[in-house]
Amino acid sequence: MASFEFAGVLPLTASLASIAVLFALCILALATLRIKASNALIYLSCFIASVALLASGAAHLFGGNAPEGLRLALGLPWLGAHFRLDALSSVFLVILNLGAASACVFAVGYGRHEHSRGRVLPFFPVFLAAMNLVILAADAFTFLVSWEFMSLSSWALVMAHHREPANARAGYIYILMASLGTIALLLAFGVLAGPTGAYDFASIRATPPAPWTAALVLVLVLIGAGSKAGLAPLHVWLPLAHPAAPSHVSALMSGVMTKVAVYGFIRVLFDLIGAPQWWWGLIVLVAGGLTAVLGVLFALIQTDLKRVLAYSTIENIGFIFVGLGLALAFEANGLPAAAALAFTAALFHAFNHMLFKSLLFFGSGAVLNATGSRNMEKQGGLIHRMPVTAFAFLVGCAAISALPPLNGFASEWLTLQAILWSPQLAEWPLKILTPGVGGLLALAAALAGACFVRAFGVVFLGRPRSREAAEAQEVDPWSLAAMGALAAMCLIVGLLPGFVIDALAPVTQAAVGARMSAQAEIPWLSIVPIAEGRSSYNGLLVFAFIVSSMTIAALTIHWLASRRLRRTPAWDCGFPDANPATQFSAGSVAQPIRRVFGNFMFRATEKVDMPPPGSTTPARFRVDISDRVWNALYAPIAGLVSYVAEKLNHLQFLTIRRYLGFVFASLVILLLALALWPS
Amino acid sequence: MAELISDLLIQGAQMLLVLAIAPLVTGLVRSLKARLLRRQGPPIFQPYRDLARLLRKEATLAHNASWLFRATPYLVFSATWIAAALVPTFAAGMIFSWSADLIAIVALLGGARFFLALAGMDVGTAFGGIGTSREVMIAALAEPALIMIVFTVALIAGSTQLSTITTFMVSPEVGLRVSLGLALIALIMVALAENARMPIDNPATHLELTMVHEAMVLEYSGRHLALIELAASLKLIVYMSLIGCVFLPWGVAPATGGRDALLLGAAFYLGKLLASAVALAMFEVTIAKLRVFRAPDFIGAALMLGLLATLLRFVSEGL
Repeated sequence: MASFEFAGVLPLTASLASIAVLFALCILALATLRIKASNALIYLSCFIASVALLASGAAHLFGGNAPEGLRLALGLPWLGAHFRLDALSSVFLVILNLGAASACVFAVGYGRHEHSRGRVLPFFPVFLAAMNLVILAADAFTFLVSWEFMSLSSWALVMAHHREPANARAGYIYILMASLGTIALLLAFGVLAGPTGAYDFASIRATPPAPWTAALVLVLVLIGAGSKAGLAPLHVWLPLAHPAAPSHVSALMSGVMTKVAVYGFIRVLFDLIGAPQWWWGLIVLVAGGLTAVLGVLFALIQTDLKRVLAYSTIENIGFIFVGLGLALAFEANGLPAAAALAFTAALFHAFNHMLFKSLLFFGSGAVLNATGSRNMEKQGGLIHRMPVTAFAFLVGCAAISALPPLNGFASEWLTLQAILWSPQLAEWPLKILTPGVGGLLALAAALAGACFVRAFGVVFLGRPRSREAAEAQEVDPWSLAAMGALAAMCLIVGLLPGFVIDALAPVTQAAVGARMSAQAEIPWLSIVPIAEGRSSYNGLLVFAFIVSSMTIAALTIHWLASRRLRRTPAWDCGFPDANPATQFSAGSVAQPIRRVFGNFMFRATEKVDMPPPGSTTPARFRVDISDRVWNALYAPIAGLVSYVAEKLNHLQFLTIRRYLGFVFASLVILLLALALWPS
Repeated sequence: MAELISDLLIQGAQMLLVLAIAPLVTGLVRSLKARLLRRQGPPIFQPYRDLARLLRKEATLAHNASWLFRATPYLVFSATWIAAALVPTFAAGMIFSWSADLIAIVALLGGARFFLALAGMDVGTAFGGIGTSREVMIAALAEPALIMIVFTVALIAGSTQLSTITTFMVSPEVGLRVSLGLALIALIMVALAENARMPIDNPATHLELTMVHEAMVLEYSGRHLALIELAASLKLIVYMSLIGCVFLPWGVAPATGGRDALLLGAAFYLGKLLASAVALAMFEVTIAKLRVFRAPDFIGAALMLGLLATLLRFVSEGL
């Protein structure tokens, strides 16, 4: 198959050139920091580079898609730097750069309010370039270096506002978890490369590891890529770090960087490692289901808007991993058509999540700019002050809550259809656990609806809870354009899911050896995952039905019935209270659900202090919530690390003689080890 | 062409039938309940009069109500109406039945609730907030229960398309299955919760601190309230039709079945609605309302039953 050329340049070359431009933009940003226009200059240049990368990815995906490789004489001298553009990388290039391009547009407006520009502008292009390199890398060395670049540049962006006390802690935990992830990936590739040290992906692919080695790789990749994606229980850094960064970077970290992590997982497990075992699917499936419910439950009780979104990212990652786990299980069971369905659902959800999560983070950035606070308890009534932002945010909320006919529903529907195929799986543990995971997904989807009713309702509806919210102004046109474009895409993708499914077909073909049947030719643009009689869905028609029946209802009522309207004070059973504090707050909306799941998930304790009769001191109500994962897993490790560090601390104050003694002793031990090593 | 027109007519007939009959079912349940309590009760056509009265009156809006508050009644009504149009009532296999399967119908109803819950928070009153927060709590448990029931039924019938399920359910292949029984019980429990019926919510009360649905729509008046009331009636009929077409599938005509079959199907359908209304009224007068924080136990039980039913299906599929 001939490769698609784009004005005489191959997509891979064009991509690498754009990445080089992004690195150059970092230097340009440093050089022009003092100039006022540098904000627009850098972000618009990044936008152009992202669009070029997006076009390269799309050109490869839609034209041809014969894999395209390149070796540059960089990096390790005997290895070089391998790059490769195949169907999988091209899909993720599209996901990544669509998110990046919209973030750049948003940032042109949003970045003007940035007070520490020097801590954001230079790192932003590097972050984009590093993510692109991870996706194009075709040897372990390039992959890991790019991965680490991605972690470090995003860490620098998280630390942009390092004087806020919570951010320093967020950055510290992030860098620790990122290092852990990289170590796990390093070991995974070490195991994959085998004793001969064949680090390029082509050699790894040619020699699949033995089953138990492969299991080790699975665990290591789950730790490495899973921690970056936010898979429970390695998610703790995510809700701290993502909100701490400037909002367009939060959008990139949540909407895009987690997808790069998903890419890493797919690249190893569906490409490099060879045929899967059924129980790999089981592990990934269960981890995904638990992650989804855990993420959304914690999202429900947060009062920081950006943290709500970060926890919801964890939920969506859970959805994606359930799809991937199902695909592994189906593939191991020799059901390629079902594997293709599950894999498509996962990729589709990754794409959708990029769209709506970026949109929602932009919205939260707009709210932050307009009111100066991320605290939901200080917002309210913004739908009147910021109508466009409110509408776009509402579309994002509806999409992430999987309401038809928006895009979130299409991908979650496909995931559920894949689960309905799973009784075909032969292994008993899968048979018993898959319906449980299906229940967890349904629970997570319903809780996500509750979570975003609360997020939108508290922030945009009701009465303003602070003066800043009452005086908020709509944000700049750049930000609005970015949000509007993403909201429109949420709708369009939801109406025409068939085209996305078809675009993903080459990837599923390469990854699981089958593809879903072509959807674009089905009459009325329905999607039919398996067979017509089994299930079908048509977003376009559902949308047309909703619009037409709303129109019919509105016209009939205005024609036949009263059209009069009168503005009055709120009714509220006759006792409306002028104080906005009498509204339901973010905490109180979540209270019933917190009580239902509270004791188990959050170990919530409620304490009421009633003053004695006659006393004028206020009554106090206090809720304490703790994260079980943090207490059970991280607190002991953190305690151990600081204990060891404390004990090792006195090594810092020794005399030179002792240091020389240590050096000598370690040399002797190393030589002894070499001498005694059984060769 | 003639076939297309007749298909469209049948679909249109169903949409009008459910719309016309929905308030009657609500009125029937109310007056049956009153009779069972030895009250005279309102006439069974009272809901129509209420709707007409509400439609005639002017609508009042709180000063700070947004466009969302005004758009929500139309959205809620249309989503519920579409759901009612897609569930087989007197005939299965209608022209648009493939456009949304059972999962999509559940999600459509979820969408209606999403916007109604938002509208509850729009004016910024304490009552609206309490309604919303309780409604989403109930929904967060009822919706997954419903999905598990859908899973069970879909696994038995090999399809999530309601028309296919209905056709399958009348065929002799079904037989008596434990998982179907569990799913039926769970579906009835979910239907009670979703329609704000006893023991979760009391449709007869106003201004009581335990209320859910009524608190959420407290600020609505005039034509907006009429639409919401009509949507609530439609939702009741959606669930009755759903139970009817999955668990009592007898008499559902194929959409191509000719006039006599369709009329017979309609007669069966009306009989099923009557039976469900009687059962609902009987049930409601014999049970007390639960405290709000006991409601999760009730719906949680439905969720567990649904999960158990699905699990049974998964396990027995391999035997």
